[in-house]
Amino acid sequence: MNFVPEYDPLLFSEAALKLRGYRQQILASNLANVDTPGYKARDLMFSQALREQIEGVAYSNALQLSVSSDRHYRIGGGLPGAPALLYRMAMQPALDGNTVDVETERVHFADNAVRTEAAMTLLNSVISSRKMALSGNNS
Amino acid sequence: MSLMRSFQVASTGLSSQSLRLNAIASNLANAEAVAGPDGKPYKPRHVVFRPAPIIGEVAAGVEVAAVVEDQRPGPLVFKPGHPSADASGYVRMPNVNPVEAMVDMISASRSYQMNVEVLNTSKQLMLKLLDLGRV
Repeated sequence: MNFVPEYDPLLFSEAALKLRGYRQQILASNLANVDTPGYKARDLMFSQALREQIEGVAYSNALQLSVSSDRHYRIGGGLPGAPALLYRMAMQPALDGNTVDVETERVHFADNAVRTEAAMTLLNSVISSRKMALSGNNS
Repeated sequence: MSLMRSFQVASTGLSSQSLRLNAIASNLANAEAVAGPDGKPYKPRHVVFRPAPIIGEVAAGVEVAAVVEDQRPGPLVFKPGHPSADASGYVRMPNVNPVEAMVDMISASRSYQMNVEVLNTSKQLMLKLLDLGRV
């Protein structure tokens, strides 16, 4: 097994940024629903989703019905191509069934924002090194 | 574009929470309104939220399911000279609990602030994304 697969850094950064944006949206949705009765906080497993995006293989069978025939519908786990959304384990669910923990969500949101910036910095450095390679040694 | 959608998600949160703030303001303003247009005491309004469904890759945030009227009767207050007083001199007041309303207001304003923060963070990320490759 290849532990450090060689990905194209541009494609890798693109997939990472896309997923970061998607996760940002899910976390924003959790924060918007902080007062909604019965809302369950969602999130995705980033490392698994990123591997699925890059290698095009579905590793997670989270929240999917098992099928015994090719003609069965594959239900759950979201649309094909969209990463599987999971439910967060609630630390202290509210009496109305809401499982959004504001502190947890805000920490995840800030973490995701910083990592998005990191991914963009990485992509920037890839672009600038390619530009340097293209322009020759005249700078 | 996922980041653009997190703007929309935050804006659904903002508009829902501001509707909730409006309802609370109306309840507090009408705390002493013993006779509305129908001649009955004012009934406090409560906003009910529900999550907008996640369709495919689009998380749509929150929406207002309904604005319900509180049907609990308000307290009876002894005011013999009041024009709305009944035969024994009691007036039915609106069922507005100021403590309840203030706590609700603080909760709504915190949630509003949180959505503003989400909006700000997404804006910063968008601006940084626009600068991508311009080194």
